Amino acid sequence: MIDKIVQSIAEALQGVQDGATVLMGGFGAVGQPDELIEGLIEQGAKDLTVVANNAGAGKVGLAKLMEAGRVRKIICSFPRSAGSSVFEELYRAGRIELEIVPQGTLAERMRAAGAGIPAFYTPTGAGTKLAQGKEIREFNGRPHVMEHALKGDLALVEAWEGDRWGNLTYRESGRNFNPVMAMAADLTVAQVHHIRELGGIAPDAVHTPGIFVKRVVRVHRGAPWV
Amino acid sequence: MWNRTQMAARVAQDIPEGWFVNLGIGIPTTVADHVPLDREVILHSENGILGMGPAPVPDKVDAWLVNAGKQPVTLRPGGSFFHHADSFGMIRGGHIDLCVLGAFEVAENGDIANWATSENDTAPAVGGAMDLAAGAKRLWVVMDHTTKDGRPKLVERCGYPLTAMAAVQRVYTNLAVVDVVPGRGFVLREIAPGLSLAEVQSRTGATLHADA
Repeated sequence: MIDKIVQSIAEALQGVQDGATVLMGGFGAVGQPDELIEGLIEQGAKDLTVVANNAGAGKVGLAKLMEAGRVRKIICSFPRSAGSSVFEELYRAGRIELEIVPQGTLAERMRAAGAGIPAFYTPTGAGTKLAQGKEIREFNGRPHVMEHALKGDLALVEAWEGDRWGNLTYRESGRNFNPVMAMAADLTVAQVHHIRELGGIAPDAVHTPGIFVKRVVRVHRGAPWV
Repeated sequence: MWNRTQMAARVAQDIPEGWFVNLGIGIPTTVADHVPLDREVILHSENGILGMGPAPVPDKVDAWLVNAGKQPVTLRPGGSFFHHADSFGMIRGGHIDLCVLGAFEVAENGDIANWATSENDTAPAVGGAMDLAAGAKRLWVVMDHTTKDGRPKLVERCGYPLTAMAAVQRVYTNLAVVDVVPGRGFVLREIAPGLSLAEVQSRTGATLHADA
């Protein structure tokens, strides 16, 4: 019997190595797998490269992981947001590397990794400093920037519900980067708010088919997430 | 001079029924408040929403439903959710009719600078601005005509790091509505009440051509 459901956050994160590239879902706080991210602090992996849209806020989740000194580099589109003081202090002190990627290019680089496309050309960023050092090629009379696929060793995602085959559905704008990251890593771990019986998620409603998911763990969050 | 509410309303006046529209953070977001309810304009949000509605009343806030500025919003009947790669496929693939952004500078060749204020900005944040500027069918900018200390924001060439090249079609400011016409530059379409062409030109860093 296939059973991807694990009983604890610790079990969900077993085997994560130092130096891993970790994709973290979420857009701001919505759809962000905070319990798994905080589990990484306990788990102990260090020298991590983190890929996320934002660079954490407050003192929880990604901000807490960075504060614990576990993150060597962050790849994101929008590091500067309300409450991102942990990142800003580390960055000013030269204790964290930053790679800025336009948001759509960030999503597409991971989609490409999951879909077996090593690189692609995009009009986004052409003629800007984010294209410096990258191959430029003209298509239809317009310059395009070559961008490489971005693959993770580990993806941490948050879904609304999941089953023992790893099928996932997301809730409202909590979907965001999660399905794209789920397909772009060797080990995808999903934290879910509800575990359903196999067949309990309507086949037409599955957003991420279980083929992309290795482990599923239930989290218990209170308001406002219920 | 127009105030910020009037600037947003002026933009909304030019958005026809049926367009898919992405509104940036700041004044652009408030454009939605001025589109009449019986004119169906479908709002897109980068984080995977079509058919976005206004902010909820305080006791109806849904934590799972935020806009690109991470503020609570609502969903209209007919709305949908999708993931980030699809969301930016809509943008990059030319399916979004209009994007409205704020800017630090717009140049007469349509270049826009709106994400970083120097080459050495500490931790600049680009978000989806480059994707939207390069991908939407039309890019309109709404911004003050000058900086707080009076420097023109409509210029011959951008001094700040670019967001995209030759991307802007129209600029709405507190003083005027200006089109960016390839090969011609800034063309003045409308002047705020009480101002003359000479007054607007004196606060503009490039030639304003007469509408003709």
